[in-house]
Amino acid sequence: MSVTTDRLDRANDADQRLGIIDTDIHPYMKTPRDLDPYLSARWRQYLSEYDKFVCGPYAARGTYPRFSPNTCRRDSWPPDGGLPGSDVDFMREQHLDASNIAVGVLEPLLNANIARNHDAAAAFCTAMNEWQKQVFYVPEPRLRASILVPQDDPEAAVKEIQSRAGDPAFVQIQLGSKTSEPLGRKRYWPIFAAAQEANLSIGLHIGGTQSSAPSAGGWPQFYMEDHHMLVHSMQNQAASLVLEGVFERFPDLKVVMIEGGFAWWPNLAWRLDNHWKKMRDEVPLKRPPSEYMRSNLWIATQPVEEPENPEDLRQVFEWIGWDRIVYSSDYPHWDYDDPRTAWRIKLSDEEERMLLRDNALAVYNFG
Amino acid sequence: MPRHVVATTTEIPAGTRKLVTVRGRRIGIFNLNGEYFGLFDRCPHQGGSLCLGLTTGLVEAPEPGTYEYSRRGEILRCPWHGWEFDIRTGQSVTDPESIRARSYQVEVAGGTEVIERKLVAETVPVMVEENYIIVDV
Repeated sequence: MSVTTDRLDRANDADQRLGIIDTDIHPYMKTPRDLDPYLSARWRQYLSEYDKFVCGPYAARGTYPRFSPNTCRRDSWPPDGGLPGSDVDFMREQHLDASNIAVGVLEPLLNANIARNHDAAAAFCTAMNEWQKQVFYVPEPRLRASILVPQDDPEAAVKEIQSRAGDPAFVQIQLGSKTSEPLGRKRYWPIFAAAQEANLSIGLHIGGTQSSAPSAGGWPQFYMEDHHMLVHSMQNQAASLVLEGVFERFPDLKVVMIEGGFAWWPNLAWRLDNHWKKMRDEVPLKRPPSEYMRSNLWIATQPVEEPENPEDLRQVFEWIGWDRIVYSSDYPHWDYDDPRTAWRIKLSDEEERMLLRDNALAVYNFG
Repeated sequence: MPRHVVATTTEIPAGTRKLVTVRGRRIGIFNLNGEYFGLFDRCPHQGGSLCLGLTTGLVEAPEPGTYEYSRRGEILRCPWHGWEFDIRTGQSVTDPESIRARSYQVEVAGGTEVIERKLVAETVPVMVEENYIIVDV
């Protein structure tokens, strides 16, 4: 860790700013066929004849219209063409250099891992992993890849994790907050075992399968409702991981919850602890649920909570614990958070170092 | 405040905008049907480049199921989080009392007047037959 810390400290460079670790950057493909070099002839043919269809009601689009084209900042479209997030040079200029990002973790949200056809999902995940490495990490080593896995085929998922473990291009395993079953179920445990063995954290990003309604009450009318309900999906996964005993079985497993909000954390901790006092004998836990949250879960900041009184954010950070919080930008999506202006409270130098850099160093192994 | 010549009127037709830099400040000049307005290119929310945003109208729902669309082209939406501002005043649409984008006084003057008043025209060549957009910065 000290090597990384030294490299991130820019005190002696012309740039006096802190080297920031951004845990959420979204890469996109320039064309739909960008995966071809990393796919076998069988899967290239499959894509051209059948295309990708995902676990959801639509083959080629999300279930709700988005707020902004491709869900992106309107100023993030590269001047030389292509989708936002597809041009490494422009990403470097607009985000990595502009915000002094020392390490950025890639979070592809391109449906590889939620293909309805499990064999296709495995092939797409392998190809997209190689694509991240070759197209982003090789030309810009500040960008590190996520290991995408076909989570509903744990055997293939474990194989993919093992084949990438130890490669400095890959710094986490990505899962989505919307899954076929809650992530605490034992069908997913082989993935957690492989993650713990490889000392790779789980980047649990909002989104995923679209096969069930976003709310327990069914399908809402507006994107604004769907956008908000992503928060519920993250809370549900936090409760499932804790209550179903994942962290009891895998005590060294680290899960970073990305883009799911966080002001709910203290509320969830209080309520689960309260339930546990009464219904302790139903669940396989030795400690109060909040203690597993404090030892195995982290939250990423974006989209930061914006309470009416800005100082209330400090209270929320304190309830969660300053050491559990890592910075994320969500670049190039429209709800991007700028590390200089996202929160309206004044952080101490130590708090800023923890949020923008040091806490992430405790989670990820950047080699 | 010093008045700066930033463009000719023909450079900014109705419904368009131009980004100019005056004394190190990026300012968007907007033409709403022949009236010109200037806004600082920095969103008061998180600092996004406000003047690169989409211009749109004002959508209001007086009751569920009813929508009214007015003020076409007079609302500017930040390219980051979509906060909306009134181009005429800089005021936030959702919180006009306490949030506003910084606005600048803009006027139009003919070339002869620009020369007579000795206005600052560092980057724009001034000719008597042209009309110019002047910003107070």
